[in-house]
Amino acid sequence: MSGVRVLVGTRKGAFVLNSDGKRERWEVSGPHFGGWEIYHVAGSPADPDRLYAAQSIEWFGQQIQRSDDGGRSWEPVGHDFSYEGETGTHQFYDGTAVPWQFKRVWHLEPSLADPDTVYAGIEDAGLFRTNDGGQSWQELPGLRAHGSGPSWQPGAGGLCLHTIIEHPTNPDRLFIAISAAGAFRTDDGGKTWQAINRGLLSDGIPDPDAEVGHCVHRLAMHPSRPDVLFMQKHWDVMRSDDAGDNWYEISGNLPSDFGFPIAVHAHEPDTVYVVPIKSDSEHYLPEGKLRVYRSRTGGNEWEPLTAGLPQENCYLNVLRDAMAVDSLDECGVYFGTSGGQVYGSADAGDTWAPIVSDLPPVLSVEVQTLP
Amino acid sequence: MIRVKLPTHLRVLAKVDGEVELAVDEPVTVAAVLDALESGYPVLRGAIRDQGTGKRRAFVRYFACEQDLSHEPPETPLPERVVSGDEPLLVIGAMAGG
Repeated sequence: MSGVRVLVGTRKGAFVLNSDGKRERWEVSGPHFGGWEIYHVAGSPADPDRLYAAQSIEWFGQQIQRSDDGGRSWEPVGHDFSYEGETGTHQFYDGTAVPWQFKRVWHLEPSLADPDTVYAGIEDAGLFRTNDGGQSWQELPGLRAHGSGPSWQPGAGGLCLHTIIEHPTNPDRLFIAISAAGAFRTDDGGKTWQAINRGLLSDGIPDPDAEVGHCVHRLAMHPSRPDVLFMQKHWDVMRSDDAGDNWYEISGNLPSDFGFPIAVHAHEPDTVYVVPIKSDSEHYLPEGKLRVYRSRTGGNEWEPLTAGLPQENCYLNVLRDAMAVDSLDECGVYFGTSGGQVYGSADAGDTWAPIVSDLPPVLSVEVQTLP
Repeated sequence: MIRVKLPTHLRVLAKVDGEVELAVDEPVTVAAVLDALESGYPVLRGAIRDQGTGKRRAFVRYFACEQDLSHEPPETPLPERVVSGDEPLLVIGAMAGG
């Protein structure tokens, strides 16, 4: 019987949650790397036993861990993320120019085809790749060399490259997003990049529809329709039907269009999930209710999903990398909270139950659907 | 042999129990000890000092013989009792909340 493995990164370690296809009973292992911040754990689509974890801590810096047995054992691999060539400068919060400096790995995106190839998105924003299973990492410097680079400014969480999406059939096309620079696309395997932010409107920047400077929180794509992208921006939920060339707003009837994660149903490319957060100055749920919102129309019309989720006195947050879906026949949806809960739904969001309730604050949730 | 006592997180990372013992050619300095440590335990590269610049990480300190050696130039010879193996070099993770 097929199964599901949920990979959870928290402020104090990683946890691996395993279940069969029913997704009712769960085995929990962890904490792995206890006491370290695990910004992301990801599995290879080409080999589900191959996992990578981004492990960091302010005291001792960055490590990358690799598992070849589905998370039962781990070995540290290479963790040298040296920028290529002249580092140049970007803007600090106060507008002064500061040199690019590595801080941590935010996101790991294993290649669709090769378990030894992984992309890494880092802070200060850069894109790296390994082709040898994590032993060595090389920057794709064309992104940082984008002409707008010196004007990039960090979001509150840092100048982080947090989203990496591979085109399902064209390995030369990648989408990435940076807070608070915006979304970018390459069509030549990462040599050159173009900003894809037309249609975004951000009130917090001097020119609301500037080419860059937008605080994009997350992008999502369904592999059957790779020209359609969904975006949770700082404020506004957005959609593009032309691979990011143009965006339009689909916030519709959401109670708030501020939020962090966005995900697409595994089998329905027009079914989209977000978790509205009250505002950028409050960073908790509106009205004390934990509600996932689902659109089955590709945006604009949203319904709250509340069954099994707390509906009073709940003031959590759900971070950008902390929601994911499985690809079983009935799509499962999962998300983790700042309060250490990981909720799962085995019926596309209609009903929810906590898988675990008392982990450290959750930074990331990924899901592997196992054969 | 030079004795080095690592903080818990680095002992776990390096998969060592207790102190690490290292053969280090004289003059025995913090830089020479860290070179030997990182050579024996490559996973510690970058965890104590920057991989590129060699600069000590902000939340790491070096103590020995009841002295804070953190701000000494890394080429400063270590105290004789460390060189003789009577005392360890302590690599300390700064106390901090969270």
